[in-house]
This record gives sequence, structure tokens and C-alpha cells, in this order.
Amino acid sequence: MTDRRIRIIEEGFFRVLMFFSTSAIVMVLLLIIISILVKGLPSLSWEMISQTPRGGFYFGKEGGILNAIIGSLYLAGGSTLLAFAVSLPVALFMNVHLVKKVKLVNTVRFLLDLLWGIPSIVYGAFGFTVMVYLGLRTSLLAGIITVTLFIIPIMIRAMDEIMKTVPRGLLEATYSLGSTRSETAYRVFFRQCFSGIITAILLAFGRGIGDAASVLFTTGYTDRIPTSLSQPTATLPLSIFFQLSSPIKEVQNRAYASALILTIIILIISVLARVFERRYFKHKINF
Amino acid sequence: MDTPVKIDIKDLNLFIGKNHILKDINVTIPEKKITVLLGQSGCGKTTLLKSMNRLIDLNNQVRVSGSITIDNEDILHTRKDITKIRKKMGLLSQRPYPLPMNIYNNIAFGLRISGRKNRINLDKRVERYLRQAHLWDEAKDRLRDSASSLSIGQQQRLCLARGLAVDPVIILADEPTSALDPISSMAIEQMFTELKQSYTIVLVTHILQQALRVADYVIFMYLGEVIEQGPAHEVFTNPKNVVTRQFIQGNFS
Repeated sequence: MTDRRIRIIEEGFFRVLMFFSTSAIVMVLLLIIISILVKGLPSLSWEMISQTPRGGFYFGKEGGILNAIIGSLYLAGGSTLLAFAVSLPVALFMNVHLVKKVKLVNTVRFLLDLLWGIPSIVYGAFGFTVMVYLGLRTSLLAGIITVTLFIIPIMIRAMDEIMKTVPRGLLEATYSLGSTRSETAYRVFFRQCFSGIITAILLAFGRGIGDAASVLFTTGYTDRIPTSLSQPTATLPLSIFFQLSSPIKEVQNRAYASALILTIIILIISVLARVFERRYFKHKINF
Repeated sequence: MDTPVKIDIKDLNLFIGKNHILKDINVTIPEKKITVLLGQSGCGKTTLLKSMNRLIDLNNQVRVSGSITIDNEDILHTRKDITKIRKKMGLLSQRPYPLPMNIYNNIAFGLRISGRKNRINLDKRVERYLRQAHLWDEAKDRLRDSASSLSIGQQQRLCLARGLAVDPVIILADEPTSALDPISSMAIEQMFTELKQSYTIVLVTHILQQALRVADYVIFMYLGEVIEQGPAHEVFTNPKNVVTRQFIQGNFS
């Protein structure tokens, strides 16, 4: 066989392979969305999103999951905010201040990747141990702390991957204007990487709001809307879990409606973040 | 040399890891002239340039010995704030690196971080430096647009204006025309000849024609060593070193 024929066959093979893997992923995604829509949409009602569970909610009677919606927003919002306050300085520090310490930064990256890989139930168990030690009960605060711990590695590494792509020349240009390392980090790197930073925040927020295992022991569950950080708080993933494990068909369908609500929340937040990004940070340079 | 010396480099040796990049460099750079660093790619020109404003500090595993004296101060062994040393020198790199901000703020950034925040003053200075870099007419109606909306040639002039705005005394240019078209390149070269009235310019290039056009003083480098230096007309008409002669006569492979 000639060289040319081998190359044509190779090209064809990989094209077919890519076509099938892409369609497999799109199909799975569509199936998930369709099944949530088909099963959830009929049960989705104003009552679902505007009321807390009443007596008999878990047997298919009236009430909604407002407790879990509010709880999840508090929890994911609070921990995303806390994680951001830690992650941005760390990511900038790694890429600006430690630009010379290649070995150290790579070690930190490796450790963060390890932390990223630890299942969230382990963070939950860790959070629980700390709670017991401190004498805390299941509460919103304990949940926020646990979720923060588990989304920090995700946020730092996502930011870090973007900051790694900033060319050395921009760093040199900024320094040659006489700026300090912190000015370089917060005034130049931050702007250049803004869209990546938003992506990192969204990624972490999505993981935080969608995780059930880390909040199982730490945040607990309640039918009431929390009014302080020290109260137990309901979350959407656990709400879905409880409803889905019910033998009653109606309650199971409500679980899908809850999943639909969770998906819509993430969609809304993602769109809002992108609009904010286009509006205020449009000066990224494409090197 | 009859002109005063601006930068005096003595016994400079520089290693990155185990590689000996710069070997026993001894050069003097005259004030308010264009000094051209000439040589093949990879001969250490850029590294020498970046030693002058201590950007080599950003590299891993760098060891330096010797001295670089600017205005009676050894910048390699000073306790003075490094940002002050760097502000003395504007840098123009191989391709433009505008800041991720609008055109106005690209110039104002350097002024703001050095504490000049007065709005009216800023406006004036932004205009002045954009004019000096021959960019004002093209940019005056779009100062709030992203710097990335400018063409590459315009971006390079913006970078020059930005560098001038922080009041440097030296301009370090590292092959500043290598990403530009011939017309933009000529514009930059012409600007350099205007700017040497008030600034000391160090220009790195591997383009012999460019060196012939603008150089007052030439430093020829080969494999990490300075093999010839002197006034441009002397080096170009009567090179003493064999390698220099080959390079100038164009039969350098």
C-alpha cells in the first residue's frame, strides 16, 4: 500500500471515530435533558418553587421545594464567594509571584489535582469530624465550609490553567513599566484572564450546588428555610435524592422537576455571568 | 568615544542552568545615540538586553556575575527598588504586548502606578505620548476602544508611547520590527532617529540593513561573546573581526 493511501485511510478512520464519539456525547446529554423534561415538566408547578414542603409532601401531597432552592443558593453562593476569596490570590501568586519557582508551582499543581480527585464524600466526612471536634451541629455554616474546601482546588486549578496561557512578554511589558508584582497580578493578569476566571467560578459553583455527598452529614436537611448560619439547611441534590427514593410515583416525578429547577438555576447563573463579563471586561488581548 | 557613557557593562557572565549564555561581556553604550546589538539568532543579544532592566530575574536558575552600571549605579547589585530601575527603561519587544485595557488606559497605566492620577494631567500626557509615537491621529477618536482593536503596527507604536509615558531615559528595543510590515517598520525606525535626541536607545536586531540605517554605534555578538564594538561607520566599513566581516559582506551561513 502506498504512503498516500495509508494517510487517506488514517484520516477517514479518525474522522469516523470523532463523529461517533461526538454524537455519543451529544446523545447522552440530550437523553438526560429530555428525560428530565419529560418526567419533570408535568410536575413542575408554581407551587413547587414558591412553597416549602407541607405535611404529607413526601407522600405526594401539597407543598414545594423552596427550602431546598433557597438552601442550595445560600450554600453554593456562600461557598463560591469564600472559595473565590482564597483561589484568586493563590492562582495569581502561583503565576506571577512564583514565576521563577517552576518546581514548587508544579508540585502545588500536582497536590491540587490530587485534592480535586478526592471524592466529595471524603470532604463531607472530614467536615463532619471537624464539626464534632468544634461542637458544631449540622448547619449552613458547616456546609459552606465543607463545600468551600472541596471546590477550592477546582477553582484554583481552573484559574491557573488560564493564567498559564498568558505570554511571558505581557509579564515583561508590565514589569518594564515599573509595576510591582501585585500590580501586575491584580491589574493586568486579572483583566487578561477575566473570562477564564468567570469559567472557573462557574465550574466551582456548578460542582458546589450539585453535590450531595459533601452536604449529607454537614448541612443536614430541613423543611424550613434557614434564617441563620447555624441552622440545618435543605439542598437540592439531597431533596432530589429523598424524593427519588420514595416508592410513590408522584414524588419521584417531583424529583425530576427538582432536577429541572437545579439545571435552570445553573443555566441562569451562567448566562448572567457571561453577560456581566461582556459588559465590563471586554479588553482581553488575543495573543 | 567622545560622547558620555550611559550604560557600562563590565565582566558580565550569565548562566542559565549549566548553559553559559553571556561570556565576559565588556561594553559601553553611549548616551543619546542608537546602539545596535547585532548578531545571529541565539547569540545572546536578547539576554544581554534583558539583563539591563533585570527582566532576566524572571528566569529560573539564572546566575549572573559582573556589573552593569547605569548613572553610576550597579543595577545588578543594588538594594534600590527594582521597579525604579525598570522605569528608567522603556521596553519594546519582538511583538507588541498591549495591556488588556483600552487605548487610553494602556498609556495611563504606567502613570497611575507611579502615582500620577490627576485626570487633566493624564489626558494631556496621554495625548502627548500618542503624538510622539505618531499614533494620535489614528487613535484620538477611539481612545476607549480595546488596544487589541489596533493593527499590529499601531499596537507596537502604542507600546512605544506607553513606554515613553513613564519618563524613561533609555529605550530597550528587542527586534521591535520583526512582526511588522515594511511600512510600519520604517515608521518605527524613523521614530528612533527622532527619539535619540532625548533618549539612549539600545536596539537588538539581526537585520543588517536596519543596523546600517539607524546605528550610531555597533556591538557585534557571536555565540555569547562580544567580538567587535565601535562607531557604526568604523565597524561597517572596516571590520576587524573575520566573523563580523563575513556577516557584513552577507556570506554568513
